[in-house]
Amino acid sequence: MENRAIFSGKLLPYLLILPQLAVSLIFFYWPALQALQQSFLVQDAFGLSTEFVWFENYVSLLKTPEYYHAIGVTFVFSALVAFFSLTLGLLLAAMANHNIRGVQIYRTFLIIPYAVAPAVASVLFIFMFQPGLGMIARALQRNGIDWNPVLNGTHAMILVVIVAVWNQISYNFLFFLAGLQAIPKSVIEAAAIDGAKPMRRFWTIVFPLLSPTTFFLIIVNITYVFFNTLGIIDTATGGGPNGATQTLVYKVFQDGKGGTDLGGSAAQSVILMIIVVALTAFQFRYVEKKVHY
Amino acid sequence: MLFRQFGLAATLTATLALASPAQAVTEIQWWHAMTGPNNDVVVKLANDFNASQSDYKIVPTFKGSYADVLNAGIAAFRAGNAPGIMQVFEVGTATMMAAKGAIKPVSELMKEQGESFDPKSYLPAITGYYSTSKGDMLSFPFNSSSMVLWINLDALKKAEIAEPPKTWPELFADAKKLHATSPTCGFSGSWITWGLIEQFSAWHNVPIGSKANGLDGFETVLEFNNPLETKLLESLVDLQKDKSYDYSGRTNTGEGRFTSGECPMYLTSSAFYPNVKANAKFNYTAVSMPYFPDVNGAPQNSIIGGASLWVMGGKAPEEYKGIAKFFTFLSDTDRQVYLHEVSGYLPITKAAYEKTKASGFYEKNPILEVPLKELTNKPPTDNSRGLRFGGMVQMRDVWSEEIEAALAGKKSAKEALDSAVSRGNQMLRQFERTAAK
Repeated sequence: MENRAIFSGKLLPYLLILPQLAVSLIFFYWPALQALQQSFLVQDAFGLSTEFVWFENYVSLLKTPEYYHAIGVTFVFSALVAFFSLTLGLLLAAMANHNIRGVQIYRTFLIIPYAVAPAVASVLFIFMFQPGLGMIARALQRNGIDWNPVLNGTHAMILVVIVAVWNQISYNFLFFLAGLQAIPKSVIEAAAIDGAKPMRRFWTIVFPLLSPTTFFLIIVNITYVFFNTLGIIDTATGGGPNGATQTLVYKVFQDGKGGTDLGGSAAQSVILMIIVVALTAFQFRYVEKKVHY
Repeated sequence: MLFRQFGLAATLTATLALASPAQAVTEIQWWHAMTGPNNDVVVKLANDFNASQSDYKIVPTFKGSYADVLNAGIAAFRAGNAPGIMQVFEVGTATMMAAKGAIKPVSELMKEQGESFDPKSYLPAITGYYSTSKGDMLSFPFNSSSMVLWINLDALKKAEIAEPPKTWPELFADAKKLHATSPTCGFSGSWITWGLIEQFSAWHNVPIGSKANGLDGFETVLEFNNPLETKLLESLVDLQKDKSYDYSGRTNTGEGRFTSGECPMYLTSSAFYPNVKANAKFNYTAVSMPYFPDVNGAPQNSIIGGASLWVMGGKAPEEYKGIAKFFTFLSDTDRQVYLHEVSGYLPITKAAYEKTKASGFYEKNPILEVPLKELTNKPPTDNSRGLRFGGMVQMRDVWSEEIEAALAGKKSAKEALDSAVSRGNQMLRQFERTAAK
């Protein structure tokens, strides 16, 4: 017997989705349209003079070598962060999925980092990695590694990747854990009886059954890296040194805020929007086919 | 009993509070970026002014960093809600100035409101930064500082260096010597472009850009990719290799390296003083910025950093009257002396400087006079009055990026400076497009 409420009429469903629709329209579509409009304008900071310039902001953007550099940085950064935060999240989830004493405590502790705001996480890590002052930086220096994120681009990238990964692991951990617990024990036990070792059981049974979660997390993680890491980059490196950690979203922020070049900044955010939409569409179209639901 | 008295007092206060709007107090919003002890100074100034008269009320609001205040002000203006007074850092000057109609020049305001106001009573090295080429003051200088070389005297003694360096060649040699005792950092500095490009050029009387560093108007061209600047950067690139010089980032986040004792010579703002006083556990001093002795006429004079108060346009006459009165209140000699001695920022009037000097304050606090001596070293020239480039906030980032590329060995010093100049010029042209109309 189905226990489902059935509503008659067409008004109620619309009424029920209205709040969500209003939120989407006001906070997502309206600003997006404003960005689109602004990207065709050249305007001073105070909005005192405005000129409609068609695609000029886009053309001049595509002529700047720094922009292509930022695209490269963004892809390297998101690949690294997505890879490490997903693998570490999965590893921790697989570990915490065992029946050990105090498992609830471990789980709670593993979730806590997600509650730390990105900028705060960044500050914590800056303290540890500050050359000459930080604990970890000093340990590295004692071991002959010339750790210097203010001047060495690779070091700066490693620093922001560590912070971003640390901040995101909990989220991935939570979803992977839920995914793991949803896998029927009987399947795994059957495989065990057939003589499959834990590693083989994981790769041939658990991992494929986990693929909807993994797929969902890949999308969420990439969106996270593309947008939410702004606070981390701003506090840790400010996009430096020499643009080594200047991602697309950070460049939008810098050009718009510091440079008060609203048109150029808006053009960048429109392109960024297109990239993210395209990436997500691509994932749904091709990657999803390999996902077992 | 105590409670009843308290209740009575509370009722009285409430009655008074309710009664006061009847006197039609004009509220004036003041957005600022001062934190810690300097925030207390801002609040005290507002309270003192509010207590001194009953027609106007200054309401100070902390809005975050300098850049945050500027952006908040811009956003508020676009929404038709700008504050009366906005504290804007020195590099935001060109942005504010270009916004005709959004701002009210201070000299115009004072004249309209009939407040006695003599631009000549202010220190020219400070007001020059915030005035038109004709000498009309656009904004009211609030907190000013300059750049000085901070010295860890104990570390110098340990490295057997008799006295702090006066010139760049001496400093380079000392940095090398300090390498033995301070292997990770002999010399460093904060606000990298302010020190190595802006102050350095003024101090050596060479232009950063054409048209008196942009003070004479638009269509300026940057030209700091000269042999002198190249020589400085090349020397630092060379010292960076063994960390006799070690880069500490674009802003002042590296200043802890001086107070912790890691970097014994540190080039940064004179406003670093309260921090050093509180945290340095060694003998220290501050001396004038170094110069190249082979440059004719060096040292010239230094330029300021810090912020000024901008009056926003389109306000009611009452509000302007109050702001003008507040600025007169701020210019008062005794008040300036007090501000200078409490905050470590520079006095803005000549009278305040003279009075502090006469009181013997500098004999006890010689460090606080170093930036003033630098600023007043010689009458400012076109190269040392200040600088005014549109989009300067981001320009500093672009210049820093190029300096970083040179220090990391990715570009030669000359290539980096050429690129900083050409990227900067592009930004200037972009800024003019929107602002010139």
